[in-house]
Amino acid sequence: MTVSSRAERSAVEGSHDETLELTPRDPSAPLGMTSRLEGELMEVSMGPQHPSTHGVFRMNVALDGEIVRKLKPVFGYLHRNHEKIGENTSYLGSMPYTDRLDYFCSMTNNWAYALSVEKLSGIEVPERAEYLRIILAELTRLQNHASLLGFLLSDMGAWGTPLMYAFREREKILDLFESLSGSRMMCDYMRFGGCRVDASADWLARAKKIVDAFPKFLDEFEMLIVGNEILIARTQEVGKLSADLAISAGITGPMLRACGVNYDIRKVDGYGFYPRFKFRIPLGEHGDTYDRLMMRALEMRESISILKQAFEQIPAGPVMNPKVKIRAFRPPVGEAYGRIEAPKGELGFYLISDGSPNPYRYRVRPPSFINLTILEDLCLGHTVADVMVILGSVDIVMGEVDR
Amino acid sequence: MMESLEQIKSRIESAVAGAKIDIVPNASPSQQSSLLIDNEHAREIAKFLRDDPALRLDFCSNATGVDWLDRVATKKVKVKKIIEGAEKEVEETQQETISGYLEAVYHLYSIQHKHGPVIIRARTNDRAAGALLPSLTPIWRSAEFQEREIFDLYGIRFDGHPDMRRILMWDEFKDYPMRKDYREPDDYEYEPTPHDDVLEKAKQHYAPRPQLDGAENITAQE
Repeated sequence: MTVSSRAERSAVEGSHDETLELTPRDPSAPLGMTSRLEGELMEVSMGPQHPSTHGVFRMNVALDGEIVRKLKPVFGYLHRNHEKIGENTSYLGSMPYTDRLDYFCSMTNNWAYALSVEKLSGIEVPERAEYLRIILAELTRLQNHASLLGFLLSDMGAWGTPLMYAFREREKILDLFESLSGSRMMCDYMRFGGCRVDASADWLARAKKIVDAFPKFLDEFEMLIVGNEILIARTQEVGKLSADLAISAGITGPMLRACGVNYDIRKVDGYGFYPRFKFRIPLGEHGDTYDRLMMRALEMRESISILKQAFEQIPAGPVMNPKVKIRAFRPPVGEAYGRIEAPKGELGFYLISDGSPNPYRYRVRPPSFINLTILEDLCLGHTVADVMVILGSVDIVMGEVDR
Repeated sequence: MMESLEQIKSRIESAVAGAKIDIVPNASPSQQSSLLIDNEHAREIAKFLRDDPALRLDFCSNATGVDWLDRVATKKVKVKKIIEGAEKEVEETQQETISGYLEAVYHLYSIQHKHGPVIIRARTNDRAAGALLPSLTPIWRSAEFQEREIFDLYGIRFDGHPDMRRILMWDEFKDYPMRKDYREPDDYEYEPTPHDDVLEKAKQHYAPRPQLDGAENITAQE
């Protein structure tokens, strides 16, 4: 590892980008304002410490006036090689570390990892634990989508108020997480073969109360934002994504469904007990930022419906498969890929076991990292202000993007 | 229901002339066996998997690398031996050394038919620095960042990738951190008090101190 000067660094960095093609100025044209700027691109480095990049994310943007002509995302500011650490840790040891991937949705991270290990070693999960997992995953979806809407409006210039409204609701759900798992955000709640602790009847009653009150917040929130003229002007026809490109680029989650592609892993794979629940998959039509935003609002309504069904159906019983020895756990030799529908898209874990207590290969398939593949395609031709809105609608968390 | 891997294998072999495909069995309860495709025809095979109307694997969910070191595999082989004058079939355990290689694994699903996964893997010949595999980014755009990540962390170059450079590590970084034999560089910058053997080792990393030209002899009295 060599430490080079800043000049050397930028020289190396610059050499990797293709040179920007500049249109030569027509010498016969009069030197007016427009012709002088025509074709001259200005390179701007947006981020990594920009409030609306949702963490330490950087984009190198080539601007023609205010129009984006080129955009290259730069990653790695939060890189700590999560996967290598996972290979050096026992199967159980990685479970709390998955919380730190997408720190908004630690419950779904836990579930995706637990599901993969269960696939790898053929573990069954008790019925009550499956219901608890669904309840917690849908609560996670509620708070993730609510805060995303708040952040997105904040990016659009609606400073503070919508975000505080959303965070008020999120806080109630985090209180639930805290009383169940001991931690608001780093829950570390699930285990392969079930869940760590049982939820009391009192907890379930409290959760039900919060879920019952949630539609009121949604009504209010939607009344304030859905028909808002400024919101419509800022989001409709901005950052349009075609269904073909979305499928090819591996876009998943609400972003894919906003393009009208009916693909929800809860329905397709039917993991957990999702086939037992009645819920609809909201689909967009245009694939623009407005549709992506509305997808979140509509999905929250479906999550509430799932939660209400789960509170009615949840049976009594154990929450942990007693046969599983989670400590000194050695799955058989082989590999498995397990995936779930996390709030941000498809979250997958790919594990290779060589029979030892540590995984030979531990891979996280992060939804928000792969959803950024088409960020450039979405932003081309839009203004800098739109880049922020488009990036906000992708819904990224850097803990997961950089791993 | 999706076809079995054997059916897919034979259909690929009839569709893509000269393609060689092996099935990599997976004994674990997940039962996710995979297809090992040959590098020469990799892109044609991938195109077939994507465009074939029965398969339509239009969604490449996950692309990742695996580093396999040299390893010894034991397998049981039936050998004919002459025992006490009569020829008999005897089971013998044989040890086989498999030399190491790097691997790229792709998990494919179909959004149109809602089936999957079909897992394909491509292997390099060895673990040498210039390992090269054909890029599947022209087939599935979702491999774009993921192949860059494989290059960054495993050092497999992808032929035909539009933008092959590091993605998570910085550009000047030399090694490939996810390789199994990767060793972190010694870095004593943050060692508060290097002493004894730590000090000996740290000496290699520090440039010798510049001469002070007698400045240390200057005292306040003068």
